Amino acid sequence: MSSIPMIEQTAGKGAAKAAARRGPGARKPRSGHGSDRRPGFLTYGFLGAVLLASLFPLYWSFLVGSHDNTVLSRGIPLLPGGNFLANAAKVFDSIPFWKAMGNSLIVSCVTAASVVVFSTLAGFAFAKLRFRGSKGLLVFVIATMAVPTQLGVVPLFIVMSKLGWTGSLWAVIIPGVVTAFGVFWMTQYLRDALPDELIEAVRMDGASMIQAFWYIGFPAARPAAAMLALFTFVATWTNFFWPFIVLDPSNPTLPVALQLLQAAHFVDYSVVLAGAVLATVPLLLLFIAAGRQLVSGIMQGAVKG
Amino acid sequence: MAVTDRVRPRSAAGQVPPEDTKGVRRLAFSQQVSKWDVKLSPYLYISPFFLLFAVTGLFPLVYTAWVSLHNWNLIGGQGKFTGLENYAFVVAQPYFWNAVGNTFSIFILSSVPQVVIALVIAAVLDANLRARTFWRMGVLVPFVVAPVAVGLIFNNLFADQFGLINEMLKAAGLDPVRWHSDSVASHLAIATMVNFRWTGYNALIFLAAMQAIPRDVFEAATIDGAGRLRQFFSVTVPMLRPTVIFVVITSTIGGLQIFDEPRVFDQSGLGGADRQWQTLTMYIWELGWGQRNFGRASAVAWLLFLIIVLIALLNFLITKRIASQGGRK
Repeated sequence: MSSIPMIEQTAGKGAAKAAARRGPGARKPRSGHGSDRRPGFLTYGFLGAVLLASLFPLYWSFLVGSHDNTVLSRGIPLLPGGNFLANAAKVFDSIPFWKAMGNSLIVSCVTAASVVVFSTLAGFAFAKLRFRGSKGLLVFVIATMAVPTQLGVVPLFIVMSKLGWTGSLWAVIIPGVVTAFGVFWMTQYLRDALPDELIEAVRMDGASMIQAFWYIGFPAARPAAAMLALFTFVATWTNFFWPFIVLDPSNPTLPVALQLLQAAHFVDYSVVLAGAVLATVPLLLLFIAAGRQLVSGIMQGAVKG
Repeated sequence: MAVTDRVRPRSAAGQVPPEDTKGVRRLAFSQQVSKWDVKLSPYLYISPFFLLFAVTGLFPLVYTAWVSLHNWNLIGGQGKFTGLENYAFVVAQPYFWNAVGNTFSIFILSSVPQVVIALVIAAVLDANLRARTFWRMGVLVPFVVAPVAVGLIFNNLFADQFGLINEMLKAAGLDPVRWHSDSVASHLAIATMVNFRWTGYNALIFLAAMQAIPRDVFEAATIDGAGRLRQFFSVTVPMLRPTVIFVVITSTIGGLQIFDEPRVFDQSGLGGADRQWQTLTMYIWELGWGQRNFGRASAVAWLLFLIIVLIALLNFLITKRIASQGGRK
């Protein structure tokens, strides 16, 4: 009964497009060009240097953060000192560190979850449902990625203070609940990953649209959704400009709190850098657990984008 | 894909339609519902993005222009209409032009070396490496460090007194650099922070694009007697053009709005005693939240918006020319 328009809707264009995309796109990951011989010691030396440059600033931060304030005037330290915990205690004394950590967790988790849900919904519609204006609307979504919305801070702040939301975490969460990048990313992924026949089948069985999304679309989108969640989490966690404007120093996110460490008249750099280390640890743990997904997410995004 | 296998058993659970039981009339009704379901659902699903963009993206941007035409105070709110007075005031400020210069200087210093180094790293990562994933992850570590943390760390590394960089310069017999008072030096330091965080990320994008180049192109080049270096410059780089352009465009939009790193480059956060490293976004902040003058802050925001649009258009035109000269997406 209701499935007849659906067959039209899903079988035609989408399938052809997916097939077309598979053509040149579905190449196997190739390792190295030219020849398959293993590269020499120079290559590894270069990569080692790059790795060192990536890690050194963090090590330096820990190094300074584990000594006391006078260490740098006595010469460059090479090994960590025993002062890290004392410095950490000073960090906890001078900024609401744990509150900031909790806030960052809340903001990042809520934002990541909502971006995934809304982007997957929109991606499902753009990739698999046929509706008037879908092409133009998708182009519009992509075009908005180039709009520097950060420049609307003044009115956004005015609106937030009219609503009485300044200082509240909602002011940080709401503007980020769905992103153009997320919609685009999920659209790209679902186009290939979700066979149209599958949607037809459940529609034939009488499933409503939202059921088709929930039982077919969302599960199919899971790998891409996980990556999107990761990226959104990292981006929200490290975000500074807007939270800095709209939040109070008494109820900050981590970057906002961190910056307060240096805003005092007398700056103790061993404390500041101990704080920088502490604020980075959660994301480093996340990176150790999911860095592999981040890498493949960036690389997939690059080929599709 | 394996996805289908995982999905199918679940679909059985979704069979029960919510309303289609009693009688023909109900059936007709449910058909009606289903028709609307098909028609309206897509719009419903994409609406959150458009709503949010309208409310928190487009409206504020447009409203910025309105605010910029008024006397408008952070505390007092909207004042009288003043026309282009705010623009006239801002454009007459040396700090405005200073900020324009600083923003571009930091942007150039961060984007050009970043693209070049990222290309080199990508080329090396493209070799047939052992522990491939380890190296790829290694270059991405800086990406998870917040810009504010990066700023604090590098502020210390580049400290004028007892900073590691200056100590090393001294050890090498060179003069220490006044990173926090010399304008160009401060831009270099801030650009280093940006490069630190983004070079590895961009290298991975380039790496993905490199691996998408068909293998036979390189085989042909090898047969023609091109060495590895020659292949890199004559095959890899030209083939990567679209990706490079993509990276440049995205980094332009973000780079011209830079705020975090220069903000924490000293204690006051205003860009130095003589605003040596004050960027346009920092200037917006100083006008709006430092001096509480929303009208003037909006004028600068709108001007920066125009600058970005102009550069984006320029980018687009250049891209179109280059894209038509070959290369693949």
